Amino acid sequence: MNEILFAVLIVAGIGLIAGIGLAVASIVFAVPKDEKAEKITEMLPGANCGACGYSGCSGYAAALSKGEAKPGLCAPGGAETAQEISAFLGIASSSMEKKVAMVRCMGSYDVTSDKMEYQGIHSCSAAALLAGGVTSCQFGCMGLGDCARVCPYGAIEVCNGMARVDPKRCRACSLCVAACPKGLITLVPYKKQAVVRCSNCEKGAATMKVCKIGCIGCKKCEKTCPQQAIHVENFHAVVDPEKCIGCGACAEACPRHCISMTEDMV
Amino acid sequence: MNAETIKSLVSIFLAAILTENYILNKFLGICPFLGVSKKLNTAVGMSVAVTAVMVISTAVTWPIYTYILTPAGLTYLQTIVFILIIAALVQLIEIILRKFIPSLYNALGIYLPLITTNCAVLGVTMLVIEKGAADPTFGYVQALVNAFGSGIGFLVAMVLFAGVRERLEFCDIPKSLRGLPITLVAASLVAVSFLGFSGLVDGLLGA
Repeated sequence: MNEILFAVLIVAGIGLIAGIGLAVASIVFAVPKDEKAEKITEMLPGANCGACGYSGCSGYAAALSKGEAKPGLCAPGGAETAQEISAFLGIASSSMEKKVAMVRCMGSYDVTSDKMEYQGIHSCSAAALLAGGVTSCQFGCMGLGDCARVCPYGAIEVCNGMARVDPKRCRACSLCVAACPKGLITLVPYKKQAVVRCSNCEKGAATMKVCKIGCIGCKKCEKTCPQQAIHVENFHAVVDPEKCIGCGACAEACPRHCISMTEDMV
Repeated sequence: MNAETIKSLVSIFLAAILTENYILNKFLGICPFLGVSKKLNTAVGMSVAVTAVMVISTAVTWPIYTYILTPAGLTYLQTIVFILIIAALVQLIEIILRKFIPSLYNALGIYLPLITTNCAVLGVTMLVIEKGAADPTFGYVQALVNAFGSGIGFLVAMVLFAGVRERLEFCDIPKSLRGLPITLVAASLVAVSFLGFSGLVDGLLGA
């Protein structure tokens, strides 16, 4: 009995000494934490998307607490977070417009066709390397879902061969903008406005061959627009969101029905 | 310290690196060997951390074994006590590094906690005691040199294998062998090549 007790005491004693040593060391060598940065980290969405240009939310919070960064860089957090952080830091808030991602293509399986039977890696960036992509339109959405996979908020879904953004879920972190090999996704202000959902840079006749609804650059919208907010560039129409008042005249005038208003988009 | 002692220390050091390599001859510490050897710089970081922990652990466990466990007749508790001490030491090193060398702390990252459960460290601390019991001239200094040599041996094995693996990346490997299988095959080939060192150290120093 004594032997067991002795062994237990020795091991417990060594454990106790090691434990006390560690406890003392953790107090003596404590690293002062930046409480300000920690509080800011809590205010940030925690998506670690990197849209602010810093290494994750904690990196941005550290830069904010040191005064090296401005609030309002956080796209997912939006205006609310920017104001909250500005109030916490006691500095003037910079205005932050809410934006959403927008896929500039409506090339579903109904209007375009696949020019090959693709059996490679299920990824847009891989498919784009093969003869300009799977779809008949070499500028269009291939629907293999690179954007949907990078979206941390599940705001993008691929349906009927094209990607669609749910504006309610989108936090404009712009990860999808970088992920799309065709550069189809851009950020637009969150307001009622016209969006041309085509990015085909070929002449009208060539576009008509590959897509039933692709923009042919007929300039009807350009002539209809009361604000001169829409112009044909590179053989497809582009809306200037700053000028657009969302009257919907261009959408009605478009013979190809590739202009839609942001309110009635899914 | 006379010439004979220095010669024996050099012999212990070289033997620990080449003929008694912990990874390639004793097959201890295989987990980090396979897990962390994908890139050269992480392999070096891990090995440096392991070397430091090996030396410091031996420096602490040897006196505890000799002056506490042996007189008390508790040598059968060796494993438990050593694990306890190594775990505490690794934590202590982590705390101190975070305070004084944050850059190194960030560079080592996850590797330090991993070492807590590294069997190569435990193996070194236990085998030097075995050696000390077998050979009366094998004392505290010899134990430390052996621990340091074992750490360097770990480093050599990791660096060599990281090089092998980086080249494996570009090889056309049969599909069924890709990943871990070919890594294990390569590891065994490296181990076989280290077998060629057996007897080398004794021959070199004429001991």
